[in-house]
Amino acid sequence: MKGFGKYVIFLGSLFVRRETFKTYYQLVLEECIIIGIGSILLFVLVSTFMGAVSTIQTAANLVNPLIPRYIISQVVREMTILELAPTVMAIIYAGKVGSSMAGGLGTMRITEQIDALEVMGINSSSYLVLPKIIASILMYPLLVIVAGVCSLVGGYLVGTLTGIMTAEDYIYGIRLAFNPYFISFALIKSLVFAFLISSISSYKGYYTQGGALEVGIASTSAVTTSVIAVLLSDYFLAQLLL
Amino acid sequence: MIKINRISKAFNGKPVLDNISGEFDKGKTNLIIGSSGTGKSVLLKCIVGLLQPDQGSVYFDLRNFTEADKDMKSEIRREMGMLFQGSALFDSKNVEQNVMFPLDVLTTKTLEEKLDRVNFCLKRVGLENVNSKMPSEISGGMKKRVGIARAIVNNPNYLFCDEPNSGLDPQTSIVIDELIKEITEEYDITTVVVTHDMNSVMGIGEKIMFLYKGHKLWEGSYHEIMNSGVKELDDFVFTNKVMKNLKGKVTSL
Ligand SMILES: Nc1ncnc2c1ncn2[C@@H]1O[C@H](COP(=O)(O)OP(=O)(O)OP(=O)(O)O)[C@@H](O)[C@H]1O
Ligand SMILES: [Mg+2]
Repeated sequence: MKGFGKYVIFLGSLFVRRETFKTYYQLVLEECIIIGIGSILLFVLVSTFMGAVSTIQTAANLVNPLIPRYIISQVVREMTILELAPTVMAIIYAGKVGSSMAGGLGTMRITEQIDALEVMGINSSSYLVLPKIIASILMYPLLVIVAGVCSLVGGYLVGTLTGIMTAEDYIYGIRLAFNPYFISFALIKSLVFAFLISSISSYKGYYTQGGALEVGIASTSAVTTSVIAVLLSDYFLAQLLL
Repeated sequence: MIKINRISKAFNGKPVLDNISGEFDKGKTNLIIGSSGTGKSVLLKCIVGLLQPDQGSVYFDLRNFTEADKDMKSEIRREMGMLFQGSALFDSKNVEQNVMFPLDVLTTKTLEEKLDRVNFCLKRVGLENVNSKMPSEISGGMKKRVGIARAIVNNPNYLFCDEPNSGLDPQTSIVIDELIKEITEEYDITTVVVTHDMNSVMGIGEKIMFLYKGHKLWEGSYHEIMNSGVKELDDFVFTNKVMKNLKGKVTSL
């Protein structure tokens, strides 16, 4: 609980004594590039395979000949949009981006780089952390969209290449009874997850104390805490918005 | 000139600094010495405002820094330069970007003016042709020099160094010490150096404050340090046999 209070105060500190807009613009741009380039390959890989595997497994479960094959791609679509792309990817995002944010800030803390910024009269938390959070909120939804598309493409490739279903069936299923609100829901979720992961990981890194060992601990605990926060908020958002 | 007035600081109820007062003169290298864990770094952090003292105040040329509002604080901070114990160079930036950083955020100079100033400062600390090297590619002594260049790049009035020569060989230490002393005299700034290195004490200790377990026990110059009559200081100064034999035989240096 004490940790949570400190986290809230930390978030508040991000918005005081800010640098010029131009400085932030550049920093956000840099972070966006780091996050985007750094995670795109992993996202494409994981989501393509997830789509492919979901297709095979759904097909394996739908053995009843009365159920049309296009139901498979409909199920894959719903799974992808509602859970695989925003939530499962968030866990991967926490492992990839969250841990590196915490590790980077933790290293800056223990090597006094954060103190060096403070001595120059810079608000180090807002200078270092705010751009990371903004960049995350901008980039993560884009990554989720990419992941969603890749997952459906992965399903298509496996579905048609292994002869589970025809291309026409797959496309038909994907478009069947489509509820566009689910897309909005996925994007809302991804905004929330992006904020949670980047702010929690930054918080863990920013308040590292000690040495290299503690930096390692901070980045592990950043991943654990962000994942828990993501799963909890996933549950509440589903209750709230569905 | 920096004046500190009755500074106390405790961590979790454990006192680390107790009622420390003193002055650091302009144009001189002022030393804070004492053995490990006596609170030297904490005192320095209280002075530059990285830690808030529980009691007491710090004055920068008669301006009360401890009670200053945010604007005043950042104004005074713009006049500070600090060399950290581990150099604290930003690892994502190269040497040139590191030294230029204070100019980027604190001034509105053009890129050319900034580059001129950066190259001048790097030359001043004896570093040339390393502009594009990353901090991980240069040696510890070079890092300290880059740290000094970064600390002086924005023409500070106050320079702080936390153990500028820890982890360096005696020769490089002397070079760094001399550099700090020269810069202090050349620009007539107030420099505060934390150290536990006796070579520095004898080399550049124009004004020395000796801390012992959070108390200030002695103040003076290196001329007087051999004959202070303070037992704790003698224990700190005369650590080995050779030095102990010298004791009493040296009247003045
Ligand atoms: N942030 C902190 N929280 C709790 N205790 C601290 C903190 N910073 C310093 N201390 C304690 O204050 C005391 C003085 O520490 P300080 O770093 O000032 O020593 P020092 O004189 O600089 O020693 P050294 O020469 O080894 O650097 C130590 O006992 C240390 O444990
Ligand atoms: Mg120290």
